[in-house]
Amino acid sequence: MEFYGYRRPDGRVGVRNKVLILPASVCASDTTRIIAQQVTGSVTFNNQQGCAQVAPDQQLTMDVMAGYAANPNIYGTVVVSLGCENCQMDLVVDAIRQRTNKPLKQVIIQESGGTLKAIDKAVRYAKEMVEEASLLQKEKFPISELILGTECGGSDPTSGLAANVLIGQLSDLLVQAGATSILSETTEFIGAEHILARRAATPEVRDRIFEIVHRYEKALQMVGEEVRKGNPSPGNKAGGITTLEEKSLGCIHKGGHSPVMEVYDYAKQVEAKKGLVIMDTPGHDPSSVAAMVAGGAQVVVFSSGRGTPTGNPIAPVIKITGNRITYANMIDNIDVDASPLIYGGDLKEMGDELLKLLVEVASGKQTKAESLGYTEMAIARACNYV
Amino acid sequence: MRNAMIIDGKDNVAVAIEPIAKGDTVTYAANGQDVSLTAAQDIIIYHKIAIRDIPKGEPVVKYGEHIGIASQDIRTGEHVHVHNVEGHRENLEEKV
Repeated sequence: MEFYGYRRPDGRVGVRNKVLILPASVCASDTTRIIAQQVTGSVTFNNQQGCAQVAPDQQLTMDVMAGYAANPNIYGTVVVSLGCENCQMDLVVDAIRQRTNKPLKQVIIQESGGTLKAIDKAVRYAKEMVEEASLLQKEKFPISELILGTECGGSDPTSGLAANVLIGQLSDLLVQAGATSILSETTEFIGAEHILARRAATPEVRDRIFEIVHRYEKALQMVGEEVRKGNPSPGNKAGGITTLEEKSLGCIHKGGHSPVMEVYDYAKQVEAKKGLVIMDTPGHDPSSVAAMVAGGAQVVVFSSGRGTPTGNPIAPVIKITGNRITYANMIDNIDVDASPLIYGGDLKEMGDELLKLLVEVASGKQTKAESLGYTEMAIARACNYV
Repeated sequence: MRNAMIIDGKDNVAVAIEPIAKGDTVTYAANGQDVSLTAAQDIIIYHKIAIRDIPKGEPVVKYGEHIGIASQDIRTGEHVHVHNVEGHRENLEEKV
């Protein structure tokens, strides 16, 4: 199967063609909002990080920023920094340059003479970049060029019965076609990590699966949080979940049945044509989706039992529910009703349908989160600000 | 009418997709064919029901994977939950 996408100078293929106005820190975020409002075809996001962070947290922020700029849905990037933040312009530019050779411009607010002058400069850069981007013609590419991010949030019992099963089927189809599919949300592997580990392609990958789970658990223990205790919760048990293994299996089913080829840290560059891979992300949806998009995912599929609106500034997010009541209730937000799977639908047929939709979305079809303009996102962190 | 489902062919429990009362016929699809059994107990919607006898100490299988171990003999048609299943963590790291 093939889709129509955009070829980038670094060899990657995008499914959207936007210019990113990248705020290097929280102190540049309102400025980038104003800039993006002036330039149709540009996107930005509210970066709440970028300064006064401990080194490991600053690294997470840097990786999301660099990854966003490098994501193939982005034509080019205008980085806007305040000037005195920890994520200094030269560091951000270096991090982006290590990932991609796409167009890049810089505006430092303090050096430009304040907000209005910085906005003027950045708007002109961005308009020029959008103009160049608009000349680009779409080309046909095999779906093996796709990197799919998978996510679940606002889960209910139907997530494990239908929506995640359907996403698992889609993931397997993509892997068979030679693409990459990312399974995320480390907190939700806990209790089923041995099952994931059994699917590791190599002993190194198996060790990495245990490593990210134990590392996550340890980080939570440092602030007194015990994931295995009291989990499944009384609410989960009332809903029919008996063991933590069962709860976590409902989540990891999004990864289908393929072997796990690689484990990536948060927001690190993911390789295309790699098969099923894992990324170490939180269960917190906007920061997990952000990490996969920073890793290079051009499209995200997201299951939700309760129905969440989450989108992303860079990648289209396809929403799937297994709950027919939620589908009817949240039809403005949900793209796919997976509930027929519960009531006798055929997994193979529904998987093929979902793959067809994915190809349409990759070729330009707007998802509901996209057409509603949802761009909320977050960046993971482990520690308080300094 | 189907009132339960299995997720994987290897599963030995089905999930109720409607509320099921003791004595009701429980029907689920396996490889496109309807399979029926009788509920030995009331089964709350989305809770599990044994579709085979599961002797004490044997794995309970859902999603095609072990979700725990039967802590007592479970008969076909019985409710499968915290009262007769224990979590069981495989220690893969030691096996290597």
